[in-house]
Amino acid sequence: MSKNKQEIDEITGTKTTGHEWDGIKELDTPMPRWWLWIFYACIVWAVGYMIAMPSWPLITGSTKGLLGYASRADIVSDLQKAKDGQAVFIAKIDATEVGDIVKDEELARFARAGGSSAFKVNCVQCHGAGASGSLGYPNLNDDEWVWGGSIDAIYTTIAHGARDDIDEDTHISEMSAFGADELLEKEEITAVANYVVSISGGETTSALIANGAEVFTDNCAACHGDNAEGVAELGGPALNNAIWLMVDGSIESITAQIDKPKHGVMPAWSGILSDATVKQLAVYVHSLGGGE
Amino acid sequence: MKNYSGTIVLALGTLLAVFAAAFAHDDLFRIHAIILAVHLGPATIYVARKVATGGFKEEDKSGYMDGPIRIGVILTVFWGVIGFTQGVLIATALAWPEFNLEPWFNFGRMRPLHTSAVIFAFGGTALMTTSFYVVQRTCQARLWGGNGLAWFVFWGYQIFILMAATGYLLGITQSREYAEPEWYVDIWLTIVWVAYLVLFLGTLFKRKEPHIYVANWFYLAFIVTIAMLHVVNNLAVPVSFLGVKSYSLFSGVQDAMTQWWYGHNAVGFFLTAGFLGMMYYFMPKQAERPVFSYRLSIVHFWSLIFLYIWAGPHHLHYTALPDWTQTLGMAFSIMLWMPSWGGMINGLMTLSGAWDKIRTDPIIRMMVMAIAFYGMSTFEGPVMSIKAVNALSHYTDWTIGHVHSGALGWVGMITFGAIYYLTPKLWGRKQLYSMRMVNWHFWFATLGIVTYAAVLWVAGITQGLMWKEYDPQGFLVYSFAESVAALKPYYILRFIGGSLYLTGGLVMAWNVYKTIKGDVRDEKPMVAVTSNAQPAE
Repeated sequence: MSKNKQEIDEITGTKTTGHEWDGIKELDTPMPRWWLWIFYACIVWAVGYMIAMPSWPLITGSTKGLLGYASRADIVSDLQKAKDGQAVFIAKIDATEVGDIVKDEELARFARAGGSSAFKVNCVQCHGAGASGSLGYPNLNDDEWVWGGSIDAIYTTIAHGARDDIDEDTHISEMSAFGADELLEKEEITAVANYVVSISGGETTSALIANGAEVFTDNCAACHGDNAEGVAELGGPALNNAIWLMVDGSIESITAQIDKPKHGVMPAWSGILSDATVKQLAVYVHSLGGGE
Repeated sequence: MKNYSGTIVLALGTLLAVFAAAFAHDDLFRIHAIILAVHLGPATIYVARKVATGGFKEEDKSGYMDGPIRIGVILTVFWGVIGFTQGVLIATALAWPEFNLEPWFNFGRMRPLHTSAVIFAFGGTALMTTSFYVVQRTCQARLWGGNGLAWFVFWGYQIFILMAATGYLLGITQSREYAEPEWYVDIWLTIVWVAYLVLFLGTLFKRKEPHIYVANWFYLAFIVTIAMLHVVNNLAVPVSFLGVKSYSLFSGVQDAMTQWWYGHNAVGFFLTAGFLGMMYYFMPKQAERPVFSYRLSIVHFWSLIFLYIWAGPHHLHYTALPDWTQTLGMAFSIMLWMPSWGGMINGLMTLSGAWDKIRTDPIIRMMVMAIAFYGMSTFEGPVMSIKAVNALSHYTDWTIGHVHSGALGWVGMITFGAIYYLTPKLWGRKQLYSMRMVNWHFWFATLGIVTYAAVLWVAGITQGLMWKEYDPQGFLVYSFAESVAALKPYYILRFIGGSLYLTGGLVMAWNVYKTIKGDVRDEKPMVAVTSNAQPAE
């Protein structure tokens, strides 16, 4: 292919460059002005931005920029502003007994909002987004409480947890392994399981219920209450209703729990969250509907 | 004299793989070596028998070396369908977590398998295939280095894909985005890639044209820069020369910056520059029009090459990366906007005088949609690099949507256009099996990507806003889990978008298969009834 084969493209009236590759030619169209001017404008803007902001590396640091911006200083001041905005309320909460927070309507509203926010970050993993719990994790919306439902009791439970490895004030209780440790006969376990189903409103036609009631009084009532209404001081859940914690309410699951019980663990939050946050959580959980 | 060099290379490779399996330091390395040996062994026997019986003597009528290009077209279609299918599978797992199949097909392994299948298997094979075709035609020269070098580069790259893909499923990874394969696979790719560079440069040197065509500038920039990026980002010390694990030479924020310098330029030089090379050849060929502006192509090429390489820090806004680096990343990203758009203008305006072809020729329609998505996503990129916007968009699904606008809209569509152009030519057919099926493919793909991108814009902005929402008392309103739950409907829609795109891919596979077979579908011609225009053929 020789040079100077420039020609005029008929359709556009533009000259070609005279190059040709495999039938492809090129027009000698000038660059679109709008394209060029926006390109220049972007370059000018970028230069201006680099002068305004920290941008060019030097030996031990970088140019600081005319605006003096630094993202670390920025985040520190943002966090400080957020802290300052809440400082009055947090100080009040620190100075108020947890049970008294609800007496100040404005403070209670703040505590519920803070508790709700902290709950979403720290508690939903086990108790669920709506605090409705799941098998092994208590529902916090109802009025059944393993360790008590007053604000003070809830506060204690959150602060010290249940069966926590480290916290000395943590709630501790352990149900005996009636089957695995051979404390009860197999028939007795079946009987008491049927009894528990019958008093919780479940359906069972077993003839063992009367026998089960006897076993219950002898072995279970101490922790679960004479009428199976639960004993919060000992962490013995109520069994006289359809609200379940470690079992699903079926005879099989109850039998398994009596045989070789499972126990829930909740961490002690006092070492992880600030005391004000634990108080807010207590107020929030108490407000969910079942607070005593 | 029979040429057994290929057989010898393959036999040595098999032997090496067998030894690696025998003396492996860990089980994963052993399995990986066995996988390699199982593929290389039969290949050795096949090639040896072919050579012995003189089966490799066919010469192309074109005088060019088109063997790898033909297989490349088929493999591009194959990898495309595989990559899109994996995308649909992981979209399913996001919408319905039961589909997270442990351990080999869990989301953590399938996601990088999908990204690499689309970028490196589909995109990489497409780039290699079209670059072989384009460089020969526009240089009027056969591929340099004889048949051996071209086949080595081609199959060497496919071996890389095989090792990378099986590595993902086995759980072998460096945990570097788009650079997950471990050190020994990286070394192999380096060897193949340098051979590719030598092959390409050699062909350019022996060209019979006085000038180098613009498409080849872009292909060359792609090959050179990927070599550099790949080597630097994968600098690592293996724990054992017969084990999978290695440790990066970099640590902390330097490591993050090296990774995103690589990651961003994988987008820039693989998915942008490489495919611009493709566009610069196939667009004017299919439109049968001259390239719009030579001057624009020079200026936008050099400005693109110069600016792109500095824009990586915008992936690390608001992290431990120093402020000055973030500023530069953003400034260079903004300057990059017009250089990127230069390619869009040159592509679209090449149609001036032939605009009616958008109506009459579905292949042109596909290419125009590709360029439109190219323009959209190269505008979206600089916008997302602005720190104020990034504060909302970062870590959200908006980013995923952006990548897919580029990958499905631009990379996918321009490749489909090239495949439809190449298939009849390479197999000596007068026309494609069906132009109407190209049109179906166009609509499936377009609806798919438009759904996908729009849904992820909404999903990403929803996420960003939920994460940042404070109540009047200064407390965060939503938990992370709530933002996940809020996305469920969008994840289902994304699955639908991806499925549409995959359906289009299957239509293409059928069309290409029938074209290669030599069939022609009995159908009404594509031109609209009301028009007097001539059919595109």
